[in-house]
Amino acid sequence: MKIGFYPGCSLKGTSREYNESVQAICKALDVELVTIKDWNCCGATAAHSMNRALSLALPARVLALAEQQGMDEIVVPCASCYNRLSVTQYELANDENLKKEVVDAMGLPYEGKVRILNVIQMIEKYLLDVIPAKVTSKFEHAVACYYGCLLVRPHKILNFDRVEDPQSMDRIISLIGGTPIDWGFKTECCGAGLSVSRTDLVAKLSANIVKDAADRGAKAIIVACPMCHSNLDMRRPDINEVLDSPIDIPVLYITQAIGLAIGLSVEELGLQRHFVKVNL
Amino acid sequence: MENKDSISRRLKAATGIDTALCYQCGKCSAGCVLADDMDFPPSYILRLLQTETPDSDRAVLTSNAIWICLNCENCIGRCPKEVDIPSMMDFLRAESRKAGLVSPKAKTVIAFHKSFLEQVRDTGRLYEVGLEMAYKLRTFRIFQDVKLVPSMLAKGKLHFLPEKLSDTSVMKNLFQRISGKEDTK
Ligand code: SF4
Ligand code: SF4
Repeated sequence: MKIGFYPGCSLKGTSREYNESVQAICKALDVELVTIKDWNCCGATAAHSMNRALSLALPARVLALAEQQGMDEIVVPCASCYNRLSVTQYELANDENLKKEVVDAMGLPYEGKVRILNVIQMIEKYLLDVIPAKVTSKFEHAVACYYGCLLVRPHKILNFDRVEDPQSMDRIISLIGGTPIDWGFKTECCGAGLSVSRTDLVAKLSANIVKDAADRGAKAIIVACPMCHSNLDMRRPDINEVLDSPIDIPVLYITQAIGLAIGLSVEELGLQRHFVKVNL
Repeated sequence: MENKDSISRRLKAATGIDTALCYQCGKCSAGCVLADDMDFPPSYILRLLQTETPDSDRAVLTSNAIWICLNCENCIGRCPKEVDIPSMMDFLRAESRKAGLVSPKAKTVIAFHKSFLEQVRDTGRLYEVGLEMAYKLRTFRIFQDVKLVPSMLAKGKLHFLPEKLSDTSVMKNLFQRISGKEDTK
């Protein structure tokens, strides 16, 4: 099985363990990821906040490259990239003039036919059937599945899972032997792109998330977004300054949880790269 | 008095978003995680725009709310009238910069976005070390986050060289061809 792959910048930098764990589980479960050659940054929040045409042209170039390289489906593990690529495809499909402007600017032919999968959709589509037979050590932990905003909103465009109480990651966790808890912050924003410019706000928002998870008995938080991960993990000292008493539950990518269940090592999954120690 | 040049009218003409649809139920502000930190939470912004007076328009363009809005889309998800507040915020940010009315409190946010886009323009990809440096020089926040550096290095999370596209002129050309390119400067 071969699928196109768009890593995006975070997975090549501060979130490299997400990349490592995606690659590791795909390899172990016989899915080959083919990286889009010469891919560029999707522009993320910055382009979106500053210049609409640019925020569409950058993702459009990625989609055009995928088409050019013969891919009809790509997996995009970063939730922010997934969101930008999907929104771009939608907006260009619904506005001919805009499409013309953007296609002229990026200078590549563009049809808009590539199917875009986030990591959970990729797992559901290609791995769900094969995982149970490969589980060697059940992931027997109570965990809070945290979806954030970018995977589920805008629902009209992404059409992925339920917008207020999504269940897809919860189902995957159950499948590998874990217990997903019920909690209140599944889709509340962590502060995302303000991590550097307004760390104070991110600390406050992320503190609410970590505290609710811990209060309700979660032993870890499970995510599928590099920004959620770095805000809840790398920013934990800032979070703990906001909280009355520090919380030390780790934050794992869904791919790392699956990797542990199918017997991959800490190093293969990049768990040693986290700031909050993973001692599950 | 009728104000033909009000933001509400321009917003509707440019994006189709109609501020008159809002009936002030307040659900957007109730669900907005940053409502407490905003000078005007989303439903207040809508109310100000509905009045269509120059004073209210000015209050909106100088607000810090439009810059800390995370575009998390919670508001539109819950709005009974589906008012597209996140897209409205994009429009207001652009208007605020065009009119030179950006809140001084938004300085760091804009500096970060600009530094980010320069990185992408120059290499095609985001290079986090370069981004941090450019941002610090712009804001004089030289020591912010330095405590993270040693552990990030130890965890292999920082690279000393940026990744680049095979031909970096591709990105420069793309940036140049985008109409309204002054926005990225
Ligand atoms: S939720 Fe919608 S209708 Fe209600 S105040 Fe906000 S914008 Fe207006
Ligand atoms: S998109 Fe902006 S205004 Fe709407 S809920 Fe999120 S932060 Fe608040």
